[in-house]
Amino acid sequence: MASNNFFVPASVTSSGRPVLVPNEVECNLLSNVDIEHDQDDAVSFPPLKSGHFILTTHRLLFLSSSCSSTAVAIPLSVITHIFSSKRSLKSVFHSPRFRFQVSATPDNRILDSDPGRVTGLRSVVITVVVRGKGDWELFLSKMWECWRGRAWETTPSETGPASASASASLYASDGLVRMVGVGGLLRKEQEMWESTDRSLQEAFQDLNALMNKAKEMVMLAEKMRQKLLAGSSSQSNSANDEELGSKEEMQDWLLSVGIVSPVTKESAGALYHQQLSRQKANVPPKVQFFAWLVALGIINTREKIQRRNPKTCLSPSCPVMLRKFDSGVMVIQSKSHSDEEVFGRLRALVTKPEALRHGISASDAAMTLGIAPAMAKEHLLTAEGKGLLCRDISPDGFRFYINLFSEIILDDLFLVKDYGIYSTWVKASSASG
Amino acid sequence: MMQKLGDFKLPAFFNYPPYFTLQPVRDTREKQIQLWKELILDYCRTQKVFLILLEEEFPLFSNPVIERSLNNEARETFLSALVSEGRAEWLDKGHRKCLILWHRIQDWADIILGFVKDNGLEDSVMTVEEIRLGIESRGTELHGMDRTILMRALKLLEHKGKVAIFKGTSADDEGVKFSV
Repeated sequence: MASNNFFVPASVTSSGRPVLVPNEVECNLLSNVDIEHDQDDAVSFPPLKSGHFILTTHRLLFLSSSCSSTAVAIPLSVITHIFSSKRSLKSVFHSPRFRFQVSATPDNRILDSDPGRVTGLRSVVITVVVRGKGDWELFLSKMWECWRGRAWETTPSETGPASASASASLYASDGLVRMVGVGGLLRKEQEMWESTDRSLQEAFQDLNALMNKAKEMVMLAEKMRQKLLAGSSSQSNSANDEELGSKEEMQDWLLSVGIVSPVTKESAGALYHQQLSRQKANVPPKVQFFAWLVALGIINTREKIQRRNPKTCLSPSCPVMLRKFDSGVMVIQSKSHSDEEVFGRLRALVTKPEALRHGISASDAAMTLGIAPAMAKEHLLTAEGKGLLCRDISPDGFRFYINLFSEIILDDLFLVKDYGIYSTWVKASSASG
Repeated sequence: MMQKLGDFKLPAFFNYPPYFTLQPVRDTREKQIQLWKELILDYCRTQKVFLILLEEEFPLFSNPVIERSLNNEARETFLSALVSEGRAEWLDKGHRKCLILWHRIQDWADIILGFVKDNGLEDSVMTVEEIRLGIESRGTELHGMDRTILMRALKLLEHKGKVAIFKGTSADDEGVKFSV
């Protein structure tokens, strides 16, 4: 691939998967596209041929088919305009294509930071030529949503390069699963996890996808790792007594399933060491990961994989499900979290006076439900599909309102009954003036 | 306090932001389309609007109070729904000009027949412009009506043998002989 500095470099793993930043989630994919630019642009780049085009909440990624170790990215934040795709006679004979406009610096690079601080920016029109058979119109509409969603703005920035790369992966550089303390997780409510009814066998096989998507688990993992490390360094810390006890039990189970603890790794001469090196050699990372979930009581293995010693169980068993949304996002969800419960909470949120007047965004829902914005968006879309909510797309963003359409009578457009949500909405919206 | 567009009363849901975003969910969208079809026809009937040009601003398609406006796709969707129902017609292939039939052509034809009978014009001759703008039609729905629609209604009546259309003395107007 000809080297050019126009795009932002993107990292891929040794198996050719893109490395995502915290909170970043893949949304859609087109296989086999070319990326070109308009001939009369002042800035230019050599065209990119035949690659996978991946849309995430934060970026567009191009992975070359011929050279799988190289990948480039276009941050969604630099997009200034997305052209609407018009069907024309021409499009019958050529590969479909769509175009969008980005900001580039005078020295021919895409901006990787806030455009407000750079002057002399130019507009470059990028054309995506769809050679493969993917649903590019769906991709384009998802691209609109992600661009409007501005997920990169709600991501808290990680401090320091070490923690940034650490948080992104469950594995330390030597390939071992990095372990975490137990206190925080045990106190953490199960509501973090989303679920569906799928056999554990399938969940085990899908762990690769799970691992990529479970960013919340990663954040948790990092927090707990810190806790565990902190606990090991302070000998007399009365506040951590309960934690220390559970920490030792934790290490016990972890060992029994062959998982390395950072505490034992980092304290020279720990008696665990010999046992560890024997056990870890035989346990593949996937099993380690799965066993970690078992050890933490998040996955109940009684039915399928192995009998867990109930004595060492610190948290009540909580069956989980693997759920796949229409967008392809997969999450683990605890069974206690049914759709009905989420809808109930959404309905309560969206019928508050403020929400009646101005609707709610994915961020608003995320804060109320205590989940990530990307997950909240999925729930909002599901609720919309069920007729609970309606969307409002405007320069103010992508917002949802309670569905009033079902309340309006066709035969009498001016009728507003004295009771019901339509009447409540009328009162709330006149109050704001 | 009812909101108005000119002297046209607007229903409460005109201030509901999702009303201005084309809804993707099928049932919701169908309801939304029905509401827009009715509103468009009501507005055009009371304001005597016969033609909607998508390139131009149409007051009903924007609500400055809530700062929302229908995008092109939504406008075309709602007008196309009217066309499918026979309450409108696209005048061009690009779907930029839409003739609104808040009375169907057949209805206009009936109104013309009524007008002829009410004024004792059974065997007389009038020009098309006289029908549209003359003294006799003042106070009736015919007054100020769109010429394209009037011609279509007259042609329908001609087809039924109720009128005969012929070239008039002036180059740009046509005459109509009623034989009702």
